Amino acid sequence: MKYATTMIVGAGIALLAAGLFMPGWLTFLLTLAFAKGLVVMGLLLLMRAGLVSFGQGLYYCLGAYCVGIAGDYFETQNALLLLLLAIVVCVALAAVIGLLLCRYRDIFFAMFSMAFSMILYGVLVKSSAFGSSDGFNVKPPLLFGWTPTGESGPFLAYGLAVVALVGVGIFVWRYLRSPMGYAGEAVRENEIRVEYLGASVRRIIYTKYLLAAAMAGLGGGITALAAGHIDPEMAYWTTSGEFVFIALMGGVGHAAGPVIGAVLFELLRTYAFQISPYTWQMILGIALLVIILYLPKGVWSLVERVTKGKPL
Amino acid sequence: MFIPFAKKSALVGLLVASAVAQPVLAADEYKLGLVTFLSGGAAGPFGVPAQNAANLLLETLNEGALPAPYNAKGINGRTIKPIYVDEAGGATKQSSEYRNLVERQGVDAVVGYISSGDCLAVPAVAEELKTLTVLFDCGTPRVFEDNSFKYVFRTGPTTTMDSVAASYYIKDIFPNLNAVSGINQNYSFGHESWADFYGSLKGLQADIDVPTKQFPKIYAGQYGAEISALMVNSADVIHSSFWGGDMEAFLLQGAARGLFEDQTALLTTGESAMYRLSDQIPEGTILGGRGPFGIYAPDNALNRWFRDAYSKRFGTQPTYPAYKMVQGILGLKLATEQAAAKVSGQPTTEDVVSAFEYLEYEGPGGKVSMNMGKGHQASMEMVYGRYALKDGKPAVTDVRRYAAECVNPSDDMPANEWIEKGMPGAKCN
Repeated sequence: MKYATTMIVGAGIALLAAGLFMPGWLTFLLTLAFAKGLVVMGLLLLMRAGLVSFGQGLYYCLGAYCVGIAGDYFETQNALLLLLLAIVVCVALAAVIGLLLCRYRDIFFAMFSMAFSMILYGVLVKSSAFGSSDGFNVKPPLLFGWTPTGESGPFLAYGLAVVALVGVGIFVWRYLRSPMGYAGEAVRENEIRVEYLGASVRRIIYTKYLLAAAMAGLGGGITALAAGHIDPEMAYWTTSGEFVFIALMGGVGHAAGPVIGAVLFELLRTYAFQISPYTWQMILGIALLVIILYLPKGVWSLVERVTKGKPL
Repeated sequence: MFIPFAKKSALVGLLVASAVAQPVLAADEYKLGLVTFLSGGAAGPFGVPAQNAANLLLETLNEGALPAPYNAKGINGRTIKPIYVDEAGGATKQSSEYRNLVERQGVDAVVGYISSGDCLAVPAVAEELKTLTVLFDCGTPRVFEDNSFKYVFRTGPTTTMDSVAASYYIKDIFPNLNAVSGINQNYSFGHESWADFYGSLKGLQADIDVPTKQFPKIYAGQYGAEISALMVNSADVIHSSFWGGDMEAFLLQGAARGLFEDQTALLTTGESAMYRLSDQIPEGTILGGRGPFGIYAPDNALNRWFRDAYSKRFGTQPTYPAYKMVQGILGLKLATEQAAAKVSGQPTTEDVVSAFEYLEYEGPGGKVSMNMGKGHQASMEMVYGRYALKDGKPAVTDVRRYAAECVNPSDDMPANEWIEKGMPGAKCN
């Protein structure tokens, strides 16, 4: 357990150090990828319990708008404060919606979660004060009096993303090895047995839903700080679909799966854009098909095959 | 077991290495990033015509075969090499792709962006990377109202003048105007178009009646309910900023139900479809082209060359997105060459910026004045006309032109405030 924690922290420090030497576009790309990785880690918790949410965009977008609106109206650019606010608001909303959602399974859960994110999308498109579908610009973040300018601008968001990723990564890694973590798989396999064992299935799912919302809010907040612009598209169902795509690509077998999936997805997409501006969607689609066909447990299963010598 | 993994890692490593390696630049090459929609609903009506125009223009520029004063080869003698990027994927994705264009591909400048959301997101990155960027099509006035930018220019006029000129035009054409209805898409452009149009019309005629205003979903394609509402609540004019497939669907479905028999449609972007939908647009429909473009463009040497070459190459007349793309690239070329005339060797980006500010030049659509947004935002005249078939060919009648000073706010006032105050300082003839 300690070994793994040290590994994750070490990887984080290495990433931070690498950030100092990376070209700006790669820093930005990785920031977005890590932010998405955070959202997908939350999705992983749900997916391991057999629930596919097509509505994580709700919290991703809400987190981003919290950061954008609070930065505008409360006159604070303190990045940590803004991100904390994003998490609190997302968890508060999830606490209400979750009461309803955790009664549903399978396609009903997926559709319901999507419906809620589309409601947010609809409301935002109608709100001309927030720029309707064009969205609005987010003020650049500060960190305790440090105002990054020019070259160091993207680095602040990158640093935040790496730190958040390390923190959430350690948490998820340990959580998946805790009784509550294993309970997710138990729920997926047989809910009735879990109830007979004396655990509350609803409470298990509810907790996971809240955790997923917090991670999605954090991811959205970091995206807002990094990109400097937010729009309602973040709550659109295709954004949520992208998170499921990443989860399938990376694999849900391990906490690292979503992060690898997200980085791979962003790299694949940007090179697909560059190499074939007309048919980049086809490249993404083929990549996902190949992964589903040959690596049904995601890219992470490659690592498992090597480290554990497991046959596929 | 290990070999496939090793192969994979090697591949990923190679990919990253090739990405990090800086591209080698040929000294006499001007790398130009061109961003328009190449996929999705906006590709057909806007993105692809604009890209076609860019292709045609860059080839001709590289041969030095354009009419004067654009007859110098390439941009300041450097051969232009275009790098195309799809505008799909949203504003965050486009910020990311913008960085890739500048930092990975090493472009000298970027011309692009049709979506207003992208135009709001990209300038901040352009400033950070100190790269000359020309927004060519997007319309929201907020870009230079909320911020001031050094490296960002917009050679296309804002949407404000479409709506303001539209209200002047229908007042001119219908002296006994009583009521207008609206059908606009439920997103920023639709909402802003209607709000500006209604606001300025209200300033001209306080007792104007609005029987109904509809905001269906963008790309809805089915307008049965909205057409019923428009038919029941009859008005003199139906205002619509629909474009692309939505406009086509609305025209077809409305015409089939006789919607346009007693009501006149006012299509603010109608020009972009007048050749494609020449059989479907009812005669008398009011068409706008977001500026003096397409059929409304003046008769000058540049325009004659453009219409001729474009229709020869692509089999159709160029529409306004094509014009605006040409206008954007020519503005960049002219500013660069004017800056180069003042310095020895190639001008720096700062030199080009100061030449571009408050630049006035002739595009294929006539005079472009970069006199708004502290010299970074273009203003142009605005034209409206009514659709008519002349000898079976699409044409316009009742054409009226409104001077730039008449339909655009003076530099320091935000557009919605200007309209709300009844358009003070407007100089109309």
